[in-house]
Amino acid sequence: MSTQKPDTQNLTLVQAVRDGLKSEMHRDEDVLVLGEDVGKNGGVFRATEGLYEEFGEDRVIDTPLAESGIVGTSIGMAAYGLRPVPEIQFSGFMYPAFDQIVSHAARLRNRSRGRFSCPMVVRAPYGGGIRAPEHHSESKEAIYVHEAGLKVVVPSTPYDTKGLLAASIRDPDPVIFLEPKLIYRAFRGDVPEEPYTVELGEAAVRREGADVSVFTWGAMTRPTLSAAESVADDGIDCEVVDMRTLSPMDTDTLLASFEKTGRAVVVHEAPKTGGLAGEITATIQEEALYYQEAPIERVTGFDVPYPLYALEDYYMPEDTRIEEAIRETVAF
Amino acid sequence: MSADPGDRVRILDEDGTVVDGATVPDLDEETLVEMYRTMRLARHFDERAVSLQRQGRMGTYPPLAGQEAAQVASAMALSPDDWIFPSYREHAASYVRGVGLDRTLRYWMGDERGNELTGLNVFPVAVPIATQVLHATGAAWASKLSGGGEAFVCYFGDGATSEGDFHEGLNFAGVFDVPAVFFCNNNQWAISVPRERQTASETLAGKAEAYGFEGVVVDGMDPLAVYQATSDAIADATGEGRNGEDGRARPTLIEAVQYRFGAHTTADDPSVYRDDAEVERWKRKDPIPRLEAFLRGRGIVDDERVAAIEESVRAEVADAIEAAEGTERPKPGDMFDHVYAERTDRLAEQAADLEGLCERHGDEELLE
Repeated sequence: MSTQKPDTQNLTLVQAVRDGLKSEMHRDEDVLVLGEDVGKNGGVFRATEGLYEEFGEDRVIDTPLAESGIVGTSIGMAAYGLRPVPEIQFSGFMYPAFDQIVSHAARLRNRSRGRFSCPMVVRAPYGGGIRAPEHHSESKEAIYVHEAGLKVVVPSTPYDTKGLLAASIRDPDPVIFLEPKLIYRAFRGDVPEEPYTVELGEAAVRREGADVSVFTWGAMTRPTLSAAESVADDGIDCEVVDMRTLSPMDTDTLLASFEKTGRAVVVHEAPKTGGLAGEITATIQEEALYYQEAPIERVTGFDVPYPLYALEDYYMPEDTRIEEAIRETVAF
Repeated sequence: MSADPGDRVRILDEDGTVVDGATVPDLDEETLVEMYRTMRLARHFDERAVSLQRQGRMGTYPPLAGQEAAQVASAMALSPDDWIFPSYREHAASYVRGVGLDRTLRYWMGDERGNELTGLNVFPVAVPIATQVLHATGAAWASKLSGGGEAFVCYFGDGATSEGDFHEGLNFAGVFDVPAVFFCNNNQWAISVPRERQTASETLAGKAEAYGFEGVVVDGMDPLAVYQATSDAIADATGEGRNGEDGRARPTLIEAVQYRFGAHTTADDPSVYRDDAEVERWKRKDPIPRLEAFLRGRGIVDDERVAAIEESVRAEVADAIEAAEGTERPKPGDMFDHVYAERTDRLAEQAADLEGLCERHGDEELLE
């Protein structure tokens, strides 16, 4: 039952993106949106629907079809003092802009010794599970996390989406904002009409538990919570931590949870090798070895090019795999 | 081909004589002398910088000899509020815009603080080719959206015109009518690859047609022609120029045809890919004697003034070298200062680790 509070809206995640953009554009006239099909069309996922009509063509800008151009000009705009929010239509098409992101957006502050900053939020739908063509399903958060100077955010609820997007837009540094498109419309949540922020760099404990910590983010949060409920029937008490911001990572919450449970499973869609589960595991090893009761399990995508959709359900971690890893960790 | 002057804008011939029908830009005598002095300063600086690298006193350095007119005269065409977006070879253009030679030396000596240009309308050096074209376009676009009124001059080389970012930047600039001037220093060589290998286009300026704005070929070793072409382009960019009947700002692509007398960088040996005869042929177009001959012909400078300029140039470069070499090295912890507006916990941890390492072992042991 939805018991909607006054001044809140019951929104999907993609509607919360739109609401976040809208409220920040009202709040700060330097905020503008640019990208392919973001204007009159309202975005291919409707993430910018109605903004063109509301804010006009100088703040909701349909650009030529050129990812490096969209991000590179956004860098110049940000350096000049605006707050651009470029959209890359799918994260699989960010590679033409990769040079601009890593060689310039990430480094401009350092290169200019703090004179220029790059307060820009690159938004992109990411992740798999929607039966999409090739290049529309990858999870490449690790490559951005690896880059000094960038912040990386992946929301998992409508409330967090609006708050994290607002915090990202107000942040003085460039943010890669990866929107899990599998859950763009999967469920609704209460979202205040007022502007608000969810602070970057803070993880959220979605389920408290004593036996094992499961660290995840984005679209994997829901199957992880579902797996946690399943094993609860057998008396396994899972803590589920949604990392939300992947760079900078909230290691305090991560370690506090692990020190409580002594066991960990990390779940992400991205391939295992070089993925962030390795980084999380290493952090635990460095900081909390003496609390460790069992090997840390990684439930991840495979080290293969993301398969076309006939096989994608085998690729994506889901409840069963997560459950199995939790049971193994607890049984050790 | 671009090796011979054709339709290009020219005011001075190779002997410094005003060509038939050309109009000398309306610059007062002292400004013309300043132009000459700055070109000589750039040449001397360049020689000393190469020598510092050879002596192991500086890292890899990209020389600019031969390109002084293109850099100095174009930068002199800007108004104080205008901006430049340099590549890595624009030491002289940056100097005109207020970047001290000591800062440029420090940058090439590996000190990030050389790029600290607070208060100057100069964007930090972009090393990846053509990437700054998009930054200039974006900043110009932002200025237009904010009603700023400045012009944005972006420098890059002939090789850059083959990059995707050149295309995307000029394409955006044309679509959104941004107040930018794209200044291509066509110095004939992208390291070892000749201009002909970059494109089958007859000229680089001709590419502007595809973006819907004007392209101009100028003799890049003729400072007066460069000054005029850049002034006209800036006027067009800010809506005050030749296209300005409806006040519409338009970008321009300028191809300044010139030659890099020296190596691409001090790590390059141009004798591998080009012959001395070609270099000698281009040296006859050397912009410095050309402007000097013009100034002497008009009675603006004489032997005495030229000697005084030479002396002041040597002193200024010597002072800059002394200042750069006399600057204390950056502290190891400086590398953590500007990654983000605020240090993250992990950066603070790593900075502390490095500090501890330095305390335990000292530079002598660590940098061995």
